[in-house]
Amino acid sequence: MVKSGTIILNTAARFLMPLQLMFSVFLLLRGHDEPGGGFIAGLVAAGAFTLYLFAFGVSATREVLRMLDPRDLIGAGLLLGMISIVPAWFMDQPFLTAQWWTIPVIDFKASTPLIFDVGVYLAVLGSVIGMVMALMEVDKDEP
Amino acid sequence: MQLAVLLGFVLAASAPLLNRWFGQQASFVLALFPASIAAWLLTQADVVIGEGPLLLEWQWVPSLGISLTFMLDGLSLLFGLLICVIGTCVLIYAGGYLRGSPDMARFHLAILGFMMSMLGLVMADGLLTLFVFWELTSVTSYLLIGFNHTDLASRKSARQGLFVTVAGGLALMGGLTLLGIAGGAWSFSEILAGGEDLRQHALYTPMVICLLLGAFTKSAQFPFHFWLPNAMAAPTPVSAYLHSATMVKAGIYLMARLSPELGGTGLWITTLSLVGAVTMLTGAFLAIHHTNIKKLLAYSTIMALGTLTMLLGIGTDYAMTAFVTFLLAHSLYKGALFMVAGILDHETGTKDVSAMGGLRSSMPVTATIACVAALSLSGVPPLFGFIGKELMLEAVLGAEGFAALLIVMAFASAVLTIAVAAIIALRPFFGERRQTPKEPHEAPFSMLLGPGLLAAISLALGLAPALLGGDALLTAAASSVVGTRLDVSLSLWYGVNTALILSIVSLALGFLLFKRWDGVRGRLSILAPIQRRGPEAGFDASLRGIERFAEWQTRILQNGYMRNYILVMLVVLIALIGQSILVRHSPLLDFSLDVRFHEIIVVGTMAMGALFATVSRSRLGAVVSVGIMGFSIALIFILFSAPDLGITQLLVETLTVILLVLVLFRLPRFSNLSTSLERIRDGATAAAMGVLIFLLIITAWSIDQFEPISTYMVENSAPLAYGRNIVNVILVDYRALDTLGEMFVLALAAIGVIAMLKLRHVTPGEGKASGTGKPAVKEEPYDG
Repeated sequence: MVKSGTIILNTAARFLMPLQLMFSVFLLLRGHDEPGGGFIAGLVAAGAFTLYLFAFGVSATREVLRMLDPRDLIGAGLLLGMISIVPAWFMDQPFLTAQWWTIPVIDFKASTPLIFDVGVYLAVLGSVIGMVMALMEVDKDEP
Repeated sequence: MQLAVLLGFVLAASAPLLNRWFGQQASFVLALFPASIAAWLLTQADVVIGEGPLLLEWQWVPSLGISLTFMLDGLSLLFGLLICVIGTCVLIYAGGYLRGSPDMARFHLAILGFMMSMLGLVMADGLLTLFVFWELTSVTSYLLIGFNHTDLASRKSARQGLFVTVAGGLALMGGLTLLGIAGGAWSFSEILAGGEDLRQHALYTPMVICLLLGAFTKSAQFPFHFWLPNAMAAPTPVSAYLHSATMVKAGIYLMARLSPELGGTGLWITTLSLVGAVTMLTGAFLAIHHTNIKKLLAYSTIMALGTLTMLLGIGTDYAMTAFVTFLLAHSLYKGALFMVAGILDHETGTKDVSAMGGLRSSMPVTATIACVAALSLSGVPPLFGFIGKELMLEAVLGAEGFAALLIVMAFASAVLTIAVAAIIALRPFFGERRQTPKEPHEAPFSMLLGPGLLAAISLALGLAPALLGGDALLTAAASSVVGTRLDVSLSLWYGVNTALILSIVSLALGFLLFKRWDGVRGRLSILAPIQRRGPEAGFDASLRGIERFAEWQTRILQNGYMRNYILVMLVVLIALIGQSILVRHSPLLDFSLDVRFHEIIVVGTMAMGALFATVSRSRLGAVVSVGIMGFSIALIFILFSAPDLGITQLLVETLTVILLVLVLFRLPRFSNLSTSLERIRDGATAAAMGVLIFLLIITAWSIDQFEPISTYMVENSAPLAYGRNIVNVILVDYRALDTLGEMFVLALAAIGVIAMLKLRHVTPGEGKASGTGKPAVKEEPYDG
């Protein structure tokens, strides 16, 4: 169960993962207006990593993730969620009031709900791949 | 003042840092703090005494009406001064007592924290503020009693003290709540000023019972007295502070504070005077059993606490004068005596008074202090304790109820107390020289300063009570306890009266008892079997009972079988919701079905999947069937135009299958565990759950009581929240706090799963913490 070792799955995973990740970011960003959003996007990204895990195993996936431990992703997600609370405080508005800013040149609407959504994305992603990787490592370590 | 208390907590937190900077001198530096508060209180004394209570308002959360208001009246002033002055002495004393101890910083942290909690307690105006500080004293005293945390007995005593006082704290919370409801206000100043007569209120009896339970446990009244002697496991500076003037007086303070509003009824008088008198006699009687000097002092403290309670119960003006005088006198001499006990322990290496003797020549200063304090304890003129005792006996003679009974008990305990005083002052210092574990020599200056100061005040107040503002301070304090102005003017000589005669007789008898102490103690050991069945045994038994009950119910409820958990949850759900639906709503079963062909196909697939999952004999088959069900649900979401839900359902379903596949082949072989009877039971539960959900939906459909909130969200999602996807806007904007909470739940679940998986194969076989003998790793639900 460590890795599949079949050419078809390996090749597919190698190409599909970046596509899926890009798609998840797309879902994340458009989520406020069209179907999508942090939770769904997080699940799609987790799916991408899970596919890669099945194809190449845990240690290869860890290399792809570089320094990022899934647990750190969870923490970062929660932290972003908490950070999105802060601006409303400085504006002297009730707790969690959404703040909107438009970035002029690229005409991009930044907001605290977006930061919050990114937080949801990271927390979901970290939780799911954390659990999957932990499960797969149990297999790896036992004869 | 609030700032001072909060600053004190900050100072407590920075005690480790101060210890590093000032080394052995840290105690002196920290002692400056309570000393300066005491000085400030003295400057306020004129105002309080002259013009009445001082209200220091500080709004905390104005929108909720919570304020940190302090009230400084005569009673608070007296207590505040005691706390700060004795606190200063104890801090300096501890600098000598714990010299070189690596735990000095921890001690400073806990004792300063305790000091500030206590100060907050006696100054609090709000009922809830008082309660918060009350609990804080319980917690910090737990840390102080268990200061030697490597010692099992010490930990046990600390836990016992905590349990008894916190259980009382619970009753107190109930009592304060009732008081707030009955009085219509949540601050003492308003309740005391309010015209409402609480004594006539319907809630009076339960309120008084709850409040007194809180006060009695805190102030170690019979039958809750047993925790106090055990708390002597604490280092002596702690005992000197907590168990002479502060912690144990908190309950006394509360009763005195409430006395003008609640006192004077039959219930109040009977309970307080009888419980107080019984505590007084028990304490004095048990004291002479012991040869451990700290236990002797602890029991004599119980005796004093009983006396104070009894005086509050008697409640005459005379009794209240006696109350404040005795309170002040006791705090002064008991603090000094505890510190002397600490010096003896420190310098001779034993706490056993019967092993000491003739120390007078090697420790002259300590011996002098001990004699002065002990003379005050036994009530010998010209010390302040004499005045306290005279007034006490006089007040008991003038009691309105049970006077004869009370006077006998008071006289008996006076005799016993004099014996105790003699044991403490004469036994170690006079008589023939005995060999002690350590070669005794005089204590350092820092350890003599505190007790010396307290003993000197005892002497000065006794010689000239009006001096040092004693009269004025006690007048203010007594006036707050009575509720109207009560002038106190003390003097050493009231002329020859009954109280004086009683006093002299008790002195003679007490000294006689001291002479025959060794013999008496031997004869008293016959009573040991009775004492083993005292209230403490009851406490231990109830603790064991709680443990056994916890074990039993853990075995029943936390049995480690997923199927049992699910069964219990479902049955409870069915019972609660089903009852509510049938009784309150009686669902209407007339509805018209308007279904399309493709909908029937989808629902049919779902039903087939569910059916196959239950009868399948292979795990993979069951997983696939459940998956089919999930995908059909996703299809329904999409058909009814909820694309977000549909996508989420699809993704969750996919991931669930992946996770199931990962664990599937690790499970044991498929086998039949249930008997057919159990299967019928499970089937019935499942069917009942299905019917319940069906009824729930039908009911929800037919009830139209409220305007649906979705309209508001649909209308405002684009203009207010700048988003057209309402589901997402709800998640990240309208209900962002809920989502944040769910994120934390998800993260905790993930961390739990990861931790359990990793833990399991680092230490196989361990982690049976639950004691159920079942595998430590339990099944976790995988759907977020």
